[in-house]
Amino acid sequence: MSWLRIKTIFKREFAAYFNSPIAYIFIGVFLVVTMWLFFQGFFLNGQATMRSYLSLLPWIFLFLTPAITMRLWSEEKRSGTIEILLTLPVKDEEVVLGKFLSSLAFLLVNLFLSLTLPITIAILGSLDLGPVIGGYIGAIFLGAAYLALGSYISALTKNQIVAFLMAIVASFIFFIIGSNMVIESVSPWLAGIFAHLGLGAHFSNIAKGVIDSRDIIYYLTFIAFFLILNVRALAGRQWK
Amino acid sequence: MIKIENLKKYYGHIKAVDDISLEIKEGEILGLLGPNGAGKTTTVKMITGFIAPTSGSVKFNDLDILEDSLQIRAKLGYLPENNPLYEDMKVYEYLLFVGKIRGLSKEVLIGRLKEMVQVAGLRKVLKQPISELSKGYRQRVGLAQALLHDPEILILDEPTSGLDPNQIVEIRELIKKVGQHKTIILCSHIMQEVQATCDRVVIINEGKIVGQGTPQELTEAATGGDVMYAKIKGNEEAIISSIRELANVKDVSIADKESEDIRGYRIDLNQNSDIREELFQLAIKNNWSILESKKEAASLEDVFRNLTKK
Repeated sequence: MSWLRIKTIFKREFAAYFNSPIAYIFIGVFLVVTMWLFFQGFFLNGQATMRSYLSLLPWIFLFLTPAITMRLWSEEKRSGTIEILLTLPVKDEEVVLGKFLSSLAFLLVNLFLSLTLPITIAILGSLDLGPVIGGYIGAIFLGAAYLALGSYISALTKNQIVAFLMAIVASFIFFIIGSNMVIESVSPWLAGIFAHLGLGAHFSNIAKGVIDSRDIIYYLTFIAFFLILNVRALAGRQWK
Repeated sequence: MIKIENLKKYYGHIKAVDDISLEIKEGEILGLLGPNGAGKTTTVKMITGFIAPTSGSVKFNDLDILEDSLQIRAKLGYLPENNPLYEDMKVYEYLLFVGKIRGLSKEVLIGRLKEMVQVAGLRKVLKQPISELSKGYRQRVGLAQALLHDPEILILDEPTSGLDPNQIVEIRELIKKVGQHKTIILCSHIMQEVQATCDRVVIINEGKIVGQGTPQELTEAATGGDVMYAKIKGNEEAIISSIRELANVKDVSIADKESEDIRGYRIDLNQNSDIREELFQLAIKNNWSILESKKEAASLEDVFRNLTKK
């Protein structure tokens, strides 16, 4: 692995977000939607808390992260640039990692801009910082997991819209299988697996401010798993 | 330099490439000629390592495309079919990106970039987004990308498709210019292109090699002789029968009819024979008028049609 090549891929991909108006629209939509959902409840409750906001974040991510990853590979496949990219002296792993990191960086830009929210609240009242920090860390891990999944799905199709919709469905499945509703309705041994696999349960742990190494390891494993699948999907062109 | 052995690529039951063996010498410009869908592009994709063959091997000296893919890719410059480009980038951004991935140091990269700007004539468009370029400029950017690292081997898949005649001439000249010191594989379905640029031609049809040699060898092998065209005023039957009796004439047929007593004749001759003088004498003797006469070069086009239209 060469960090120089990963960095080169990363920079190109990151710039690609901002080379089109989509990035700005995306950031705008993200901020408007999150702010609106937040302030809707904020003035009703009159409490300086971000709990409702943080519990909404996974649902917003469900639609936003697929929009970040949908073009990562499908656009390369549609336009044929994948043939240029993968015949350059660069390893598939390096390209996968560079692209994934660029999508993560773009998500971080969004989260960074949304920090205006806790800052505003902190000014208006006394804000308990623990859950906010935990919530943001949880959001980064959850978002990264969605992005790895979405990136893999994007490598399976030439069509951005298909990649977008499939990623929503897949993310949704992974998010809800850990929820109480699903767990209570399946057989106990399946419930045990689901409880571990569900993205949502691990998020709510971290969002409460409880950072458990098991949750972190879970997210890192999830991300690694889908990045490896992503590399495998590219290797599919080498099938005999 | 490049050795391709028993290369096959099957997609299910479809044999895209069916047992192709080839050797390409250093410094050679090899043309892969064939109708659309013959398997040229699939062959090239296997040579670049983009897809793996069902069986067979591609070797660059002692490097194998499956084992040493990265080392081989570093030596290759590749212009894929339809010249895909990152539309959202500016021309210089794109070339810098490719150069950095290829691991060129900053000084080398800047030097090479300047050279590419000159060779491919990109000065005017360097700061333009690729999406706004004309087809001719896009093609030049694609070529600059392939040439940026001064590769030993250049692989070009249909480099002039979709260009206007002036641009085609420009691109061909560019290929010839850079081809003096490189090994080149050029895919095309256009005969004139291959005839104009290549040292050796391999004709592919339905995944198989159906003919190969220099452009001259191929044309001679296909017609087995020379062809002459003459437009003569006089009695048709008498003309045909008396020309047939001349030495070296294999056959005479009517090519076109201009008027009642003027006909164009196609005369098939033995190889390297010339009957212009005898024909002239014959005409004087019989009181015919020769209005036109020319030696017709059998073109690669005929060969191509003969070999691929079965």
